[in-house]
Amino acid sequence: MTDTFDKGNAAFIAKRYASERRFKAYGAVALAVSVLFLVYLIVDIGIKAWPSFFEHRVVLEVNLDASKIPADEVLKGDFEGLVRGSLRSLFPRVTTRGDVRSLTSLLSAGAADDLRQDTAANPASIGTTVRAGALLGDDSDLYLKGMLTTTLRMPGTTNLQLAQSGEEFILTGDLSQLAVGQIVRANGGALRITGVEAGLAKAEAILPPATLNSLTPGTWDILSFSRAEADRRIDDRQVVLLEALRDKGVIEKHFAWRFFTSGDSREPELAGLRGAIFGSLLTLIMTLSLSVPLGIAAAVYLEEFAAKNKWTEIIEVNINNLAAVPSIIFGLLGLAVFINFFGLPRSAPLVGGLVLALLVLPTIIIASRAALKAVPPSIKEAALGVGASHQQAVFHHVLPLAVPGILTGTILGVARALGETAPLLMIGMVAFIVDVPKGFTEAATVLPVQIFLWSDLPEIAFQSRTAAAIIVLLVILFGLNAAAIYMRKRFERRW
Amino acid sequence: MDASPQMPTLSKVPRILNERETKIVASDVNVYYGEKQAIKNLSIDIPDRAVSAFIGPSGCGKSTFLRTINRMNDTIDGCRVTGDILVDGKNIYDRDLDVVQLRARVGMVFQKPNPFPKSIFENVAYGPRIHGIAKSKADLEEIVVNSLKKASLFEEVKDRLDHSGTSLSGGQQQRLCIARAIAVNPEIILMDEPCSALDPIASARIEELIDEIRQNYCIIIVTHSMQQAARVSQLTAFFHLGDLVEFGDTDEMFTTPKDKRTQDYITGRFG
Repeated sequence: MTDTFDKGNAAFIAKRYASERRFKAYGAVALAVSVLFLVYLIVDIGIKAWPSFFEHRVVLEVNLDASKIPADEVLKGDFEGLVRGSLRSLFPRVTTRGDVRSLTSLLSAGAADDLRQDTAANPASIGTTVRAGALLGDDSDLYLKGMLTTTLRMPGTTNLQLAQSGEEFILTGDLSQLAVGQIVRANGGALRITGVEAGLAKAEAILPPATLNSLTPGTWDILSFSRAEADRRIDDRQVVLLEALRDKGVIEKHFAWRFFTSGDSREPELAGLRGAIFGSLLTLIMTLSLSVPLGIAAAVYLEEFAAKNKWTEIIEVNINNLAAVPSIIFGLLGLAVFINFFGLPRSAPLVGGLVLALLVLPTIIIASRAALKAVPPSIKEAALGVGASHQQAVFHHVLPLAVPGILTGTILGVARALGETAPLLMIGMVAFIVDVPKGFTEAATVLPVQIFLWSDLPEIAFQSRTAAAIIVLLVILFGLNAAAIYMRKRFERRW
Repeated sequence: MDASPQMPTLSKVPRILNERETKIVASDVNVYYGEKQAIKNLSIDIPDRAVSAFIGPSGCGKSTFLRTINRMNDTIDGCRVTGDILVDGKNIYDRDLDVVQLRARVGMVFQKPNPFPKSIFENVAYGPRIHGIAKSKADLEEIVVNSLKKASLFEEVKDRLDHSGTSLSGGQQQRLCIARAIAVNPEIILMDEPCSALDPIASARIEELIDEIRQNYCIIIVTHSMQQAARVSQLTAFFHLGDLVEFGDTDEMFTTPKDKRTQDYITGRFG
């Protein structure tokens, strides 16, 4: 027995197996590392993007004063004034100009937009009092999401006496809880501790207290912050006002549909992707309607009908090379040809679509040719054998069998076009565009360019918006790929 | 004719050689693939209503010559044919000849069964449809059923004509391909090693089928199996290195070959 199975050098055989195991291990490690990177990327983007899908509103009782709203042009009514007035009525003791400005600065520039639209849709509500959610500004929103500072609330557990000398307030008694920078909220006001000395604490008023009554345990509390006022985008007065609103229970958190239904904006809380999504859609329609028929026709001709000579060889080599040309070159081409020579409008989905069509055309041609080539020649021979013409054989039998492959190639090409930024920068699709494009010649932007634009903005809230836009783009891309897989399975036939 | 199960054994089918007319006349045919010459000065007269078998070692040009008869080699790049091939007196390499019409008259069955990935019905109906043979839907159905019956496949598939042609077994697929070829009313049927991908039982069914239909067609079969050639054909041509060595009555060929090369080949000394 041993003679039959123990042929060859045992050490040599062991080495062979070791080598195999080693290569398996390399492969597993490579796979693990790439999965790790991918998971890190997705999780990181997801965590950054999550807050952007929610927004905070302050719910106000707004009296839709008929004198402020023109009956014939409801949209021109002074809804901002009404919303601000309603917010101010929540704080009767906020009267100084600075305080009022702090209060209204909590609201977004578009805080009254929802109310304006609702009232325009339902003019009968004019003259009545309605509950309206007023959108908070980006800084207030970020504060409430805990992204600017962590705020700690400690209930006051000691007795304190309060006195005022000029602008300054003096706290005496058990000072064990107090520290510089903290805010003591008591007697309807808020005091920031500026110094703690032996036996007394000095404080300045953020909101002046209504009385100088002594503070007993449970009637006052302390706010302390992980980040000092100078290091954050929201000041102590705004924080105090926001915390007061939170205590009143008028702040609500909602899913930010606005992120999908509004166009771009300079205000992060108002900025949405609708313009970019529609721009991408129009651009893709343009790209597809041009590149798919051209690409498939070119592939069918080259694969099935063209004579194999020097010319077709040159064309083939060039198509393969074009697929590897950096995309920005296509942008330059578009700029030179479509905009400068043909005078087409800049920033338009029309030009973007043309440029992207040129970009994905080689991909579609190559994929379609591969799909056509993969159809067994016996099918074509069978058709020719019963007397089908060449064209009939191709269009009745070869092309239908190549459809799954062509679809896959096309969708991968489209996915590439959807994610392409550089060529679109060259043709001016990088402009700040608020309106949702209504046609192929209107100025528009697309998702990846929107991401590029937002990533450049200084507001912290835009970082999160950028990540959220990336998620939206990724979801669309995954959707496209899923569609590709589904269609391939759907059309796949065995032969 | 009917696909009756009481078929006489193949050897008992009478061979009426002298009643046949010549269907195909090839004279001085040369076929080149680029620089390489695959057929050298081949001349042959192939009779109608009989089975002619082409035998010979691989690469001897028998398949190549078969494909010149319905101009299937037009689809091969760099393939060039000189000489004349007359079908019913008409040169099929004439400029004014419509190759589509030619292929409707000269059907072909391939080495590997190649049904379209469509229903059994559609497989057979495709030819009649593109040639406009059927006048109506009922007409088309009749053609399909008749073709399937002639290919002795109908009984096996009559309940599942809408099933995919590729779902059939290999032998059934090949008979489906024969039905597909028959459906356009060809006069000549070329078979390029139709049984090489089939098991012996399926091969036997195909051989029976060929024998059943031979009275109505001019059939040419390329085969590697000398037993098959002996069983199924009335005439046999032996090809060697692009030359037609010998062509004659099958019985004579296998008993008293005239050429030494033929004898060596059929006795298994080379090939």
